[in-house]
Amino acid sequence: MIDDFLLRALIGGIGVALVAGPFGSFVVWRRLAYFGDTLSHSALVGVALGFILNINLTLGIFIICQTLAILLFVSQYQRQLTSDTLLGILSHGSLSLGLVALAYMDDVRIDLVGYLFGDILAISATDLYWIYGAGGVALLGLMWIWKPLLSITIHEDLARVEGLPVDRTNWLFLGLIALTVAIMMKVVGMLLVTALLIIPAATARRFASTPEMMAILAIVIGCFSVIGGLLGSYYYDTPSGPSIVVSGCLLFLLSIIIPRK
Amino acid sequence: MNTALLNLNAINLVLGERTLLENINLQLNTAEIVTIVGPNGAGKTSLLRVALGLQKPTSGTVQLADNITIGYVPQKIHIDPTFPMTVRRFLALANTAHKKPFEELLAEVGAEHIIDAPLHTLSGGELQRLLMARALIRNPNILVLDEPVQGVDVHGQSELYSLISRVRTERNCAVLMVSHDLHLVMSSTDRVLCLNQHICCSGTPEVVVNHPAYAQLFGKHAASHLALYVHEKSHEHNHALTEHDHSHQHNQFCEHSGGKKSD
Repeated sequence: MIDDFLLRALIGGIGVALVAGPFGSFVVWRRLAYFGDTLSHSALVGVALGFILNINLTLGIFIICQTLAILLFVSQYQRQLTSDTLLGILSHGSLSLGLVALAYMDDVRIDLVGYLFGDILAISATDLYWIYGAGGVALLGLMWIWKPLLSITIHEDLARVEGLPVDRTNWLFLGLIALTVAIMMKVVGMLLVTALLIIPAATARRFASTPEMMAILAIVIGCFSVIGGLLGSYYYDTPSGPSIVVSGCLLFLLSIIIPRK
Repeated sequence: MNTALLNLNAINLVLGERTLLENINLQLNTAEIVTIVGPNGAGKTSLLRVALGLQKPTSGTVQLADNITIGYVPQKIHIDPTFPMTVRRFLALANTAHKKPFEELLAEVGAEHIIDAPLHTLSGGELQRLLMARALIRNPNILVLDEPVQGVDVHGQSELYSLISRVRTERNCAVLMVSHDLHLVMSSTDRVLCLNQHICCSGTPEVVVNHPAYAQLFGKHAASHLALYVHEKSHEHNHALTEHDHSHQHNQFCEHSGGKKSD
């Protein structure tokens, strides 16, 4: 008989992999890895916010990620700093701010390592509702903007001249990515969110000839990474988040080694 | 003129401290090919962006005739190798109601063989033809091309230019394009605007290459080279025949830049 907590972990992990596959594909195509890092690093500020406002912590994380996404979007229009400098400032700034804020709150004791690297074995039923509810919204939203988003990924101005709602689509995509990052936090932790976004997608690339195929393969590969990581974590008592990433990396290595048909 | 499809009126564009465009007037008529030439940083791409409605001018107006569709051929598209996208799918992504069979479209631009190729494997010339096909899907009245021959060898360049003239003739659509090389584009353009923030000179290719402002902008060598070419091509460049304005609005900007090549 499978333990309850292990079952919850499995269901939660697979839920996250379902969302991470398609979003991760866009992160790879649009070179947004650093952007994803920046969003996830702000999560601790969200946790602090959650404690201050006494709201659900995932909601707090979502609010902060969303705010940061808007900030980053608006800052594209300034020309003072290059975008990677700006991302670096916001990424490490928010990470440090989160750590400082939490240290300052004396009566709050949190499992810091759990937030940094994920604690999938501690997933509660409420967490599952969040993962499947918010994840479902994120996936439906992405399906809705799928076609214009592909066009924008190829050439933004061309999409604009053809009359596609470029700004609206970009905004929506950023919002959905923030949502995705917020729910992925629990499973792999803020430092490894980007890994679970890009590794399955990168692994899927070699076997995909269409964007849709790549997204679906990324989901499948993500699921296998989660299962493999969980089993490793369960039997060898290794930290769950890093174990999932390690098993993802192994699959990636395997995909490079096996010859292409 | 009542046939004008696109009318740019007294366009000024200032971004930050830099004046990119200064008092530009431009009219594009049905089935007319207008080429914008100018050195690096002359504002050629900015002018196209204003015409396409991608960039709002600081002052001045952009008027499009009713029910006009613009087909845009960008300078280049960068397709990340991680992005699995075939030519067929790329064409299917065009935001339009009319769908001519893609095979026919690609045949029209002479690239039917690439239909199942992944985008990131195409050569420069193939990519340009594909971008043209994508623009033509929407049955445009105006085709706007930004340096359509960049990254293509000389032979391929003249082929592309003759393709552009053929499309104009067959589809009766107007063409507005940017080129860094007047030499190759001469035989397939009706009118040339020589741009360096402001319009230095304009008129038929023959008028422009013989214009002192053109020589000043591109260097004496380029001008004489072109003049020879024009001379061989046609002995009758009667200035009175050209109905377009080609007055010289020279000012200090014309002298700032030399060098014939654009990036």
